[in-house]
Amino acid sequence: MITIAARRLLSMALIMLVISVLLFVFFEGDKLNLAARVLGPYSPMEGRLSWLEHNGYNRPLVTRYFSWLFGFFTGDWKTSAQFSAPVYTFLLPRLKNTAILGSCVFVLTVIISLVLGVLAGISESSRRDRTITVLSVLTTSVPEFASATFLVAIFVFWLDWLPGSSSFSNGFSWQELILPVATLVIYNFGYYTRMTRASMAEVMSSQYIRTAILKGLPYRQVIMRHALRNALIAPFTVMILQLNYLLSGVVVTEVFFAYDGYGKALYDAAMFGDVYLILAGAMIAVVVAVVSQFISDVGYTRLNPRIRFQ
Amino acid sequence: MTDFTLTARPSRARKLLSAIGLLRESPIAIIGLCLVLFWVLIAIFVGFLPLRDPLAQSAGDLLKPFFTPAPGGGYYWLGTDDRGRDILSRLFFGTRLVLFWSSLATIIAYSVGMLMGVTAGYRGGWWDEGLSFVGNVFLAFPQMVLFIVILSQLGPDSPAGHWLSGKGFSATWVKGVTIVLAVTFATAPQVARIVRGLVLDLKTRDYVSAAEVRGEGPLYIMLVELLPNARGPLIVDACLRLGYVTIAIAALGFLGLGLPPPDPDWGKMISEVRGFGAMAANAMIWPAIAISSLVLGLNLLADGLREIALRD
Repeated sequence: MITIAARRLLSMALIMLVISVLLFVFFEGDKLNLAARVLGPYSPMEGRLSWLEHNGYNRPLVTRYFSWLFGFFTGDWKTSAQFSAPVYTFLLPRLKNTAILGSCVFVLTVIISLVLGVLAGISESSRRDRTITVLSVLTTSVPEFASATFLVAIFVFWLDWLPGSSSFSNGFSWQELILPVATLVIYNFGYYTRMTRASMAEVMSSQYIRTAILKGLPYRQVIMRHALRNALIAPFTVMILQLNYLLSGVVVTEVFFAYDGYGKALYDAAMFGDVYLILAGAMIAVVVAVVSQFISDVGYTRLNPRIRFQ
Repeated sequence: MTDFTLTARPSRARKLLSAIGLLRESPIAIIGLCLVLFWVLIAIFVGFLPLRDPLAQSAGDLLKPFFTPAPGGGYYWLGTDDRGRDILSRLFFGTRLVLFWSSLATIIAYSVGMLMGVTAGYRGGWWDEGLSFVGNVFLAFPQMVLFIVILSQLGPDSPAGHWLSGKGFSATWVKGVTIVLAVTFATAPQVARIVRGLVLDLKTRDYVSAAEVRGEGPLYIMLVELLPNARGPLIVDACLRLGYVTIAIAALGFLGLGLPPPDPDWGKMISEVRGFGAMAANAMIWPAIAISSLVLGLNLLADGLREIALRD
């Protein structure tokens, strides 16, 4: 168990290292291009050269990489060209906003998909199973910007129940959180529902469940005690990996609802060509993804007795 | 070996017919196929349909609802957008763009992914370690973040963009090539992972050993023996993958990172009118329905195909 975790940790660290090198070279390798990006397309050449000299860009690439990496871990993410503010202080509150959105989505997705997946899986090919399966295919086919359009058309324009923008301009409000959360949950729950359903259906057709039913245990107890425990290992570990997919959808959803979070900041940075903000944003996304992958891997070995006792 | 021919081998047309016959067993697959075919036929024959010019603007008819009579006779069947352009014709002409770029991106990503996967699975050892590591590096990025990283650095004003424009590529092509590249980086590792798993299973089969004993090279074995025999699950996955890529490219269009204006891209059609609030509800809904129905068709088709494959 410890060796598996240590080995995974090592490979994760290696992946992060390689990604940091790639990102650094990709964004800061061509320093003249970088200066043009930071100072704007119409800045004079002398200005760019003195900016490069002044900010230590004439040092060798390797030195610059390590000083950048050190800066990243100590919170020095340089200055955003677009907002003329340190990227760190700019991004931190937005990351917090995205964490609020993300955790609401995560909790709701897990609950909905586990309940629906188990309901579908315990009675395979029943009408209930078919309905849930069709529903989950239907919702995963509607991309976030399309379902957001439908939701806004219904709940904002037609019924006028909810606000169409979630910029929190008058402070935090739950009402403004509903539509972005709904958009992301609708797109995401289908996949995990089907995953849970498949896992549950497989467990239900196994020998030990048949034995449990035949020896006269109440059906409820068979499901709760025997089936669920084993059926939920695979979906649960996959759901932690979901954080990675969630961040993709978060960009589109935040832009759609003007939700002032990480995704919108990254999008604004991409439109403006704000190199340092994109670089820091990408690094954060990768750290989140790699750490969640690690938790999922270790969790799987922890939950699955067949691997744990090897 | 070439002296006798296998007369019992079914002809290509026969095979196609039996494939369609199989599809008939799954109503879900039929519905999916119809939805996809509808959009494919639109894309092919859009030039012959009696549609208005998708780029023609009409200052007097801004954001009209569907089924509005047009001044020159006829109707704006689905209404107009914020510049008075006919939504139906933009939607239908946009089909070409959507299908062309997502199919191209999927085909390229799939080819790269299959090569990576079959090499990793068949050669094993360091090939496997190396290719899997490269795959994991790109899989660590959330897809949209990877897109933003690549598109923001390799856009039309970057050195790479200038180089492509210098070679005579139009703005649409420069952007399109970058998008295809970004999709390939995000998708190929996922395909490679699936292919690798399939190949690890297939390479223990007798026909692979037979080919090895015959003295066939690794390239032959990978491309002729292994990949064609892995095609079943890959066809299902390709359907799903085409759906994901379509969503991704349309999302880029929505974000304004997609193909440049004035080409009618479904995602962009939504974001262009978004600022007009309730007045734009009609103009926003149709492209959303279009993309959802196309992706739904692909997903249903994949589902039906999988069901059929499991039944045999």
